Amino acid sequence: MNIQLRDRPEVESKVEVKIAIADCDIHPARATKTELYPFLAKRWHEHLQVYQEHPYQGMMEGPPYPKAQPNASRRDAYPPEGGPQGSSLSFMQKQHLDPNNVVLGVLNPLRTGQGLRNHDLAAAICSAINDWQIEKWTSKDSRLKGSIVVANEDGVTAAKEIRKRAGDKDYVQVLLLSRNVEPLGQRRYWPIYEAAEEAGLPIGVHAFGFGGNPITASGWPSYYIEEMVGHSQCQQTALASLVLEGVFDRHPTLKMIMVEAGFGWAPSLAWRLDKVWQRLRSEVPHVKRPPSDIIREQIWWTTQPMEDPERRDHLFDVIDWIGWDKLLFATDYPHWDFDDPSRVLPPGVSEANREAFYLGNAKKLYGIS
Amino acid sequence: MTTPLPGGVDCDLHPAVPHLTSLLPYMNDYWRDQVTTRGMVDLISQSYPTNSPISSRPDWRPAKGKPGSSLEDMQTQALDPFQVAYGICNPLYGVQMVFSEDMQDAFCRALNDWLVKEWLDKDARLRGSIVIPTQSVEKSVAEIERCARDKRFVQVLMLVMGDVPLGKRALWPIYAAAERLGLPIGIHAGSAYHNPPTSVGWGSYHIEDYVAQAQAFQTQLTSLIVEGVFARHPSLKMVMLESGFTWLAPFVWRLHKFWRGIRMETPWVDRAPMEIVRSNIRFSLQPVDAPPDPALLNRLVDHMQSDELILFSTDYPHWQFEGNEALPEGLSSDLVRKIMIDNPLATYGRLKEPVRA
Repeated sequence: MNIQLRDRPEVESKVEVKIAIADCDIHPARATKTELYPFLAKRWHEHLQVYQEHPYQGMMEGPPYPKAQPNASRRDAYPPEGGPQGSSLSFMQKQHLDPNNVVLGVLNPLRTGQGLRNHDLAAAICSAINDWQIEKWTSKDSRLKGSIVVANEDGVTAAKEIRKRAGDKDYVQVLLLSRNVEPLGQRRYWPIYEAAEEAGLPIGVHAFGFGGNPITASGWPSYYIEEMVGHSQCQQTALASLVLEGVFDRHPTLKMIMVEAGFGWAPSLAWRLDKVWQRLRSEVPHVKRPPSDIIREQIWWTTQPMEDPERRDHLFDVIDWIGWDKLLFATDYPHWDFDDPSRVLPPGVSEANREAFYLGNAKKLYGIS
Repeated sequence: MTTPLPGGVDCDLHPAVPHLTSLLPYMNDYWRDQVTTRGMVDLISQSYPTNSPISSRPDWRPAKGKPGSSLEDMQTQALDPFQVAYGICNPLYGVQMVFSEDMQDAFCRALNDWLVKEWLDKDARLRGSIVIPTQSVEKSVAEIERCARDKRFVQVLMLVMGDVPLGKRALWPIYAAAERLGLPIGIHAGSAYHNPPTSVGWGSYHIEDYVAQAQAFQTQLTSLIVEGVFARHPSLKMVMLESGFTWLAPFVWRLHKFWRGIRMETPWVDRAPMEIVRSNIRFSLQPVDAPPDPALLNRLVDHMQSDELILFSTDYPHWQFEGNEALPEGLSSDLVRKIMIDNPLATYGRLKEPVRA
């Protein structure tokens, strides 16, 4: 599996940006299938051997739509000691954290217990992943911070996991995915929001996940690119559900981060919500504020994959609406659509906005001094 | 207020079928018997509940009956005040929700014949859209061919949320027939409810279904573009109806970025997504999902990088604007002319042809 397609000069030599950055979307992986076993009760080792993970999709191995590259990751990100991309701390340090001057890296583990149909198994794996993040990553490199992953379909158990980890400074957020069995505003997920607000932790909602629903409202599409693009529509709908179910009205200090789902769509969605809410607010009397106010006040956005219009003034129009104080830089390391910090922001941004974009906003949101 | 130009085209009007029984005269004995013997009720879609505020402007709501069910109301409330030369009727009666392809076919035929008799025959400004039984591609093509003989039918109408994504190859004979007969495909907001109305499942509220229309249009544009519909049918136009358009530019930025990254998956997509949109995709004006700020609106139009994409619509009788403010504040007179006249005439080729061949 350890493919090296071409020799590359030392990664460090081509990096120009030396300003300190926060990377708010790093994906740590397990080097082997059994790496999690020390954190899992024996019964689950046997269960996994026989029944495997049993997610809300048909494939026993791998994703429903084949990715563009193995593990959707950069071909140059295989660690020299073996294992999949993102599974080695030392190689992550050498290839990414050191040369890109990452001073804060937020870990978003993706292959966890989320999206599994057996909710006991889901809870066990999530809890194990939380232990593993400390053991393998955050305790070994103080720049890295973990995300509390929770059994998303079982709100009560998920809330217990959040309360168990609350106060541990190694975790800076709770992690959910956008695609679940129901839209994220539904009541089954409410205990998660209550526990997160109580713990003072923001909730990152990362694109992806499996909840059994077709990724379009017209059924299953044909191609991986449709799934990739479709995640931003899932995110829009999940956010609309959170707003319209009154989650932010009930939890006015709750902060949410839309991770890897784009942000260009935010103004149009907010305006549409405002317009329709004006007409139909008698149906949702629990929504007290205009949706655009809620979105501006309580939502943050990671940048990767960065919106990339032909004209940069179009990008700045969108950011001006969202607010330069709401964007969090992210690379998505080690995935193939990695955004290079030295190239992602077009020229014409003030020093203060640059600093906020790359680091300041993240430190403030995550409470890192 | 931006003043409408006389002689324009209203591309999205919704005449309402008063009741399923109104279609009985247009069905054969078998289907009349099915409807009555089985006690079938009116086919009103969850997408537009009759009494929902979005389904009718308060001042357009009739004293009795469904909004949009009276020709006289449509004339005095939409056709006359906006002084249009043509109004395109897009019936939203819930025939797409039916699961049997035979029943759907019978209901679509009845609906199309009803439209001719009750509307097109009674006002020379009106034009129609052919509603098709998408459960069967073969029957859809047959219905397109049957109706297209009447030149007053100017497009084929489908819903944005159906059984399968609209780019799927199985549907292509529909597109081939439309292209051959000079008919654009109109994709209208609304669901057949054969799939959950959002890509993350069933929401709790009507308002969620309505907001989600915009996301459904986005996924359909992806499907249509990446499956290669417009590589195969380069002269086919598709019109997104009641879709909103302020999401378009950011959506295309994202599709373009992924297309650059993984175009090896769909090598037949040989033009950039925005180029395809400019040549093949159009949008009805209403709803305008943006605050009423002329400077902002002009920025959004600039983001679309084309003044040929928007077609005038009132979305009558749906509640999208107040008074006669169908055209938002701040549009230049050039753009108003394009939106009201040039763009619709360029899109709907049949509007320029004589009705009787």
